[in-house]
Amino acid sequence: MLTYNKPLPPDDPLFAPFWANARSRRLSIQCCRACGDRRFPPGPVCPRCLSEDQDWDTVSGRGTLVSWVRFHRAYWAGFVQEIPYDCCLVQLEEGPLLVSNFAGPPPAPLRSGLPLRVVFEDITDRYTLPKFVAA
Amino acid sequence: MMHLKNKIAVVGVGTTAYGTFPEIDDYGLAARAFRNAVDDCGLDKGRIDGLLCCRVPFYARMGEILGLDPRWTIQLPPHGRMAGMAVVEAMIALETGAADYVALLYANIGRSRRVNYGGEEVAGVWDPWGFTSPGAAHAMMFRMHMERYGTTTRQLGEVSVAFRRHAGLHPDAVMKTPITLDDHAAARPIVEPLRLLDYCLINDGAVCLILTTAERARDLRKPPVLISGVGARDAFRRSAIPNFDPDFWYAETREAGEAAYRMAGVGPADVDALMCYDNFSPTVLFSLEGLGFCGRGEAGAFVEGGRLQIDGDLPTNTDGGHLSNSYMQGWALNVEAVRQLRGECGARQVANCEVVQYVAVTPCTRSIIYTRG
Repeated sequence: MLTYNKPLPPDDPLFAPFWANARSRRLSIQCCRACGDRRFPPGPVCPRCLSEDQDWDTVSGRGTLVSWVRFHRAYWAGFVQEIPYDCCLVQLEEGPLLVSNFAGPPPAPLRSGLPLRVVFEDITDRYTLPKFVAA
Repeated sequence: MMHLKNKIAVVGVGTTAYGTFPEIDDYGLAARAFRNAVDDCGLDKGRIDGLLCCRVPFYARMGEILGLDPRWTIQLPPHGRMAGMAVVEAMIALETGAADYVALLYANIGRSRRVNYGGEEVAGVWDPWGFTSPGAAHAMMFRMHMERYGTTTRQLGEVSVAFRRHAGLHPDAVMKTPITLDDHAAARPIVEPLRLLDYCLINDGAVCLILTTAERARDLRKPPVLISGVGARDAFRRSAIPNFDPDFWYAETREAGEAAYRMAGVGPADVDALMCYDNFSPTVLFSLEGLGFCGRGEAGAFVEGGRLQIDGDLPTNTDGGHLSNSYMQGWALNVEAVRQLRGECGARQVANCEVVQYVAVTPCTRSIIYTRG
């Protein structure tokens, strides 16, 4: 784990609860305590009512596959050994879209609408990446 | 904007050579494009009192180099979607009298300075999953189009083949070697489902447009090209994934297109040539559907059989576009619109060209309809 050389999450306090929750095997999205709006990525105010009273809700971890791509080019040295690798676009049951990866080989056959569920992969002693497998 | 129909004209256009020019910087390239545009319209440069710079690093240095002290100056960020936005800003400045003659300047030295798109040093939200680059975002959208409508990568190839053919007819274009649908299918995959020939070029070059009111335009060297319609709609609420929209900016493109058509009093059937922002080939399909050249989900079938080629029903990106002419981020397409309407395009001239539409389908969608003055 000490040699992890892929990009790490940006050190942004807005995202800190997301990564802390992921470390505890919880997928979460930002929610507005004033109006109930939910979203990911997070913002400093609610885009609907502009309240600063923002919190995080743990979500089900269930979603559906919207799209996927296969990278044949490594944009970071840490991905050179990985190519080709896949990224998937997941629509969470609760609404927001997440870009992620399949944990392990991609489900076959891939098709949009495929039910997925989250799994968690520790990448460093601080960070855990939510990834997805067929539900 | 309706009352600005045919009130503002493009009077001068200038471009540089396109390629790799490490010996000259962006200011030097922009100065060449500016000089060419001034020569093109015959205007005394001292009368230019509006300056808009995009991707040129610093407007004040640019003004110093060109010997300009404008009344109106704007700097736009070096993003690909700015060309149409810049034209609209200039229209407003001219209409209000904030400026009488506006020079719009764009320069790009991305090739010789080895600019990479993707894997930026400032970490993005999706970097930890290895998701980066505008091309990957467009690959993600095109996969959705394939899944929803059955569109194929071979249909996408029609776009690349058409624009490469046009580049072959354009002396300034960077990539002229003809390609076939099989070449497109065999090209190196970058982020599947997209391959190398679905990606725009990266090259150096610069573009200048000079705009004034239609009234003042009459005194200049060439017949003016009028701005007959413009339309705009941004989509920031769904912009969490950069350069991506889960609905291909369809509603925004419809709205921008309809506004431009209504203002100009024309429709898609009247468009003699389309200049379509082609950062990646799928954007062309999204544009055709959003503007109503074909039905939703039908763009793949629409482009088959060379329909976008110079002798097809809808000649598109007759200069070769970003895919094969030059990565001037929409700016060169606006110049091509002007040159087509003036009849200056030689082997790639569209016959009886009277209405040309520009469109950039992006998080800031813009469309402009140009007509002969």
